[in-house]
Amino acid sequence: MTWGLWNNWMLPGIWITIQVTLYSAAIALAVSFTIGTARTSRLWIVRFLSGIYFELFRGASALVLMFWLFFALPIAAGWQLVPMWAGVLALGLTYGAYGSEIVRGALAAVPTAQREAGIALNFTKLQRLVRIELPQAWPEMIPPFNNLAIELLKGTALVSVISVADITFSANLIRFTTTESAPIYSIILVMYFVLAFLITRGMRVLERHAKAGVGKAPERSGGLWSKLSLRRGRSEAAGAITAGGAR
Amino acid sequence: MSTPDNNPADTPSKTPSKTPSNTPGNAPDAARTAVGTATGDTPWATGEEIIRFQDVTKRYGRQVVLDDLCFSVYAGKHVTLIGPSGSGKTTILRLLMTLIKADEGSIRVEGDYLTHEERNGKLVPAGERHIREVRKKIGMVFQQFNLFPNMTVMRNLTEAPVRVLGLSRDEAEQRARELLEMVDLTEMSAKYPSQLSGGQQQRVAIARALAMRPRILLLDEVTSALDPELVAGVLDLLRDIAHHTDITMLTVTHEMNFARDISDCVMMFDHGKILEAATPEKLFNDPEHTRTREFLNAVL
Repeated sequence: MTWGLWNNWMLPGIWITIQVTLYSAAIALAVSFTIGTARTSRLWIVRFLSGIYFELFRGASALVLMFWLFFALPIAAGWQLVPMWAGVLALGLTYGAYGSEIVRGALAAVPTAQREAGIALNFTKLQRLVRIELPQAWPEMIPPFNNLAIELLKGTALVSVISVADITFSANLIRFTTTESAPIYSIILVMYFVLAFLITRGMRVLERHAKAGVGKAPERSGGLWSKLSLRRGRSEAAGAITAGGAR
Repeated sequence: MSTPDNNPADTPSKTPSKTPSNTPGNAPDAARTAVGTATGDTPWATGEEIIRFQDVTKRYGRQVVLDDLCFSVYAGKHVTLIGPSGSGKTTILRLLMTLIKADEGSIRVEGDYLTHEERNGKLVPAGERHIREVRKKIGMVFQQFNLFPNMTVMRNLTEAPVRVLGLSRDEAEQRARELLEMVDLTEMSAKYPSQLSGGQQQRVAIARALAMRPRILLLDEVTSALDPELVAGVLDLLRDIAHHTDITMLTVTHEMNFARDISDCVMMFDHGKILEAATPEKLFNDPEHTRTREFLNAVL
């Protein structure tokens, strides 16, 4: 691989992958919270419609949806999405469906006692959701969201098939010019791993911050390093007294 | 339990003209049951009627938890519900707090139906707005405290006054500081609930309920989840509130000495019915029913 190819394709490719990941993660997050909370609604019609969205987009292939948005939608609508946005939208809508299940599950895991305390203080349903239930559910969502974000990062490779010049697209291009398949695919394998690792580290920080915000000590990471480490005991002690009712 | 209406003062000021559709007939006089009037001595049944249960039945599946229950509570009085577990005491508090709904009968608070409202002269299931209007008169303290773990103590005390009552943050914090002083936890305002002991958490929970200035305070076995040495502090606080405020208290407890100290009336429950209701002196020293005597012997 020459430096020219590296500079002209691979580095911009990394940046495109990061962009696609961030934009589609933002859409997925918005969809997750909208659909996830809608699925806990008291109104059957809201639950029904959000349930349809969930089933539809969970069941749809992100790749096919991307093709549909890029190739079929222009025929139907008369205008065409930029390739990158077709990809971002397809990924965001699909992964948002998965994410809505995380939000719904975490909301369901908030103790009923908290809902009852909210009723006793005469909060409205929306106030209970925003002030009590979501803040308590949020720390529980972060680990599964971490998984989903990594899935999403790896899923962004799909956009290469509609000619978005991400890491995978650039790698293919370089492979065609240089025919050095083994080193190129080895390099991008490591690249995806490094990006995924960065997401995980970021999520750990977020989780620690979120748990401190609900008065809970974060769980130990459980990694090799912490098992070797001799500093322990602090988080166990702080987690001993629980608040909020354990029913 | 149904007795002649021997108390002229218990006529509610706002008696609605109709009972809910699921209550057959309109027979308030026959159903106005000051329980225990059979003993002829009902000092707790004076003044304004603030809570009235009328023919209330609650079932879980086929199990009847409350069986056609009628009773009234009068403003400023302290009524304690005792009885074996599963006898329906807590269900009464949960019905009043609108955490659950009754299957039959009606509940009124200051004359207003709790879960029904009048629309075009007909009683229909109440909307959220009506329920919240009635509910704001009632506060509740739970067995498990149920403080919000994502908020500091100060936030726990101010969130509802600010968001629900519309107080300014300054007013709410002023009110919270006064209450924290009363429950002797001034220095804890910046702490999170998880950093407090059970007794401290329960005192915060009491302050949180009082911050809403309810007319009625429901206490659901508030010391049952506490370590024995922490019980006294919470009970002393509640005694203080009972003796120095005019708040109406409806208490479910297994602390019989506490019940004796604060109550105007003690109601003994069994199988979803009021077995007897009397002043604490009468009920603890000379109960009418052998079932009550057995229960008291078992717990005292």
